[in-house]
Amino acid sequence: MGKNKEIQQILPRATGFFFLAPAFFFIGLFLLFPFIWVFIISFTNVALTGPTALNPAFVGLENYVRLFDFSRWMRSGEFGNALRNTLYFVLGSAVLGQAPLGLAIALAFHRRRGPLRELVFSLATMAWILPDVAVAFAWIAFLDYDFGTLNTVLINLGLGKIDWYFQHPLVAITIFNVWRGTAFSMLLFSAALGSIPPSFWETAEVAGASSWQRFKDVILPLILPHILTDLILITLWTFNTFTPYLITGGGPFFRSETVSMYTYRVAFKFLEFGRGAAVAVVMMAINFVLATGYLLSLRRRRAYG
Amino acid sequence: MRSARFVLVRLGFMLVTSLLGTFFLLPVLWLVTAPFNAQATLRVEWPSPFTLQNFGEVFRNTFAIRALFLNSILQAGGTMLGTAVIATLAAYALSRLEIKGRNLFVYLLVLFSSVVTGTAAMVPIFLLLYYLRLIDTHLGVILVLTGGLLPTGIFLMRDFVESMPRSYEESALVSGATAWQMFRDVVLPVLRPGMMVVAVWAFVNAWGNFLIPAILIRSPEKMPAPVAIYSFYTEGGTPVLTLVSAYSLLYALPVVILYLFVNWRYGFRFFGGIKGGGK
Repeated sequence: MGKNKEIQQILPRATGFFFLAPAFFFIGLFLLFPFIWVFIISFTNVALTGPTALNPAFVGLENYVRLFDFSRWMRSGEFGNALRNTLYFVLGSAVLGQAPLGLAIALAFHRRRGPLRELVFSLATMAWILPDVAVAFAWIAFLDYDFGTLNTVLINLGLGKIDWYFQHPLVAITIFNVWRGTAFSMLLFSAALGSIPPSFWETAEVAGASSWQRFKDVILPLILPHILTDLILITLWTFNTFTPYLITGGGPFFRSETVSMYTYRVAFKFLEFGRGAAVAVVMMAINFVLATGYLLSLRRRRAYG
Repeated sequence: MRSARFVLVRLGFMLVTSLLGTFFLLPVLWLVTAPFNAQATLRVEWPSPFTLQNFGEVFRNTFAIRALFLNSILQAGGTMLGTAVIATLAAYALSRLEIKGRNLFVYLLVLFSSVVTGTAAMVPIFLLLYYLRLIDTHLGVILVLTGGLLPTGIFLMRDFVESMPRSYEESALVSGATAWQMFRDVVLPVLRPGMMVVAVWAFVNAWGNFLIPAILIRSPEKMPAPVAIYSFYTEGGTPVLTLVSAYSLLYALPVVILYLFVNWRYGFRFFGGIKGGGK
């Protein structure tokens, strides 16, 4: 950091810490404190209604025991069911959807300018930044059985209608999330490809390598660390996303309920904060593992240069 | 032969990319057609009869207008101001205090804000606000949104601060300015574009957030636009699609305009892949 000792201290220490104070206050109160407090809440039966509302008591591991009660674990509306749905949702929409699609778009438009690129990039970015509720309504209309655009397209292709909400709710929110989040991978890979020196592409071209060979032998190894980074980040975000709730509400019969929606239901519909906190602890633990993986992937990238 | 193949490849490329564009466009078409249709259904069709009445309907609905033009602007605006100012102060101090390992520190902070996020974070945060008596207040929403956005805000701001030459500040100090004068008259003007970026980014995030106000706001007269439309949709029988679609379009418009503005003015820059950060 300090390149030499001669750099004059521009900001007096006291003033500097004064500048930092508001940020530390917010981060302490709304990130650090909740992170620690949620553990404590998870060992109690805090609720805003019912007999324990006024006198919350420590209940030990009870909330966790209920959460991991394997005799009813996979039943509809239980934690195991939500966990399995989340696994499919994350695998389908982030790992198999957003990342490959984003990479494909970035590759297709690499070193190509023009209106088509502008259009695809703008539309994908728009899908990414529009407000949750607006896109949710658009998707409710898009997926509608009788009038939805998706079924209209399918019928015109001779494929027949699909009842997305009742028959494939999990598939529906998975496609939604691919649509919603691909822009991130697209932009990340686009930047990654842009940082590869042109000489690498040209050398492979001169050597007469086919496009696939060129991709596999030259490009893929170079962007592999970026793929890892991308996968971890989009997994983290997809795991925590709440937006699909606005489309299916987790239904029908909890068939599209993810862990994030399960937490919402336990804590904010049933107002059982002890139980909700236990789920939140599990969620944050998973987040923590993913975030640590991300850090390690960055360290590896640095090692490769 | 070679040119025939070239044409085919070119056509194939255009076909595939057009399909991709269609995939991203089709789902939102309804948001653009239904609001102008006097008999809007869930179908995407050319508005017939074409009308602007649906917007008139929205403007006559005091609940909807209050949510959009008062509550949403208050909450997103407050978050925008708070995030931009606090992130600028913090990023500047982190840079000029010469603290070792500050880059790693900011990185860890951003990562940590991705761990304490979403519905999981809202469990303790709701209780915290409950005990602070900040449930159902604009201030509560603004504080929680700001807290969630700050780490990424500082991260974004850091780029701008680090690229600012120290000679500006040094010459100000040499000519006898106090630290505060130097910050106000020399540093802030230089950092203004950065503050703009962070402000726009924070505004868009706060404006679009549903979860936090949906959990923290109880009374209808304090609901921001997303919570208000959602309650239109889920409560009271069959949703009035003309109203819902027109309102959704009005609500989404600022984000579209800001995107177009940023794209035109600065080019949509990609800041190390940060958009989220908000809960």
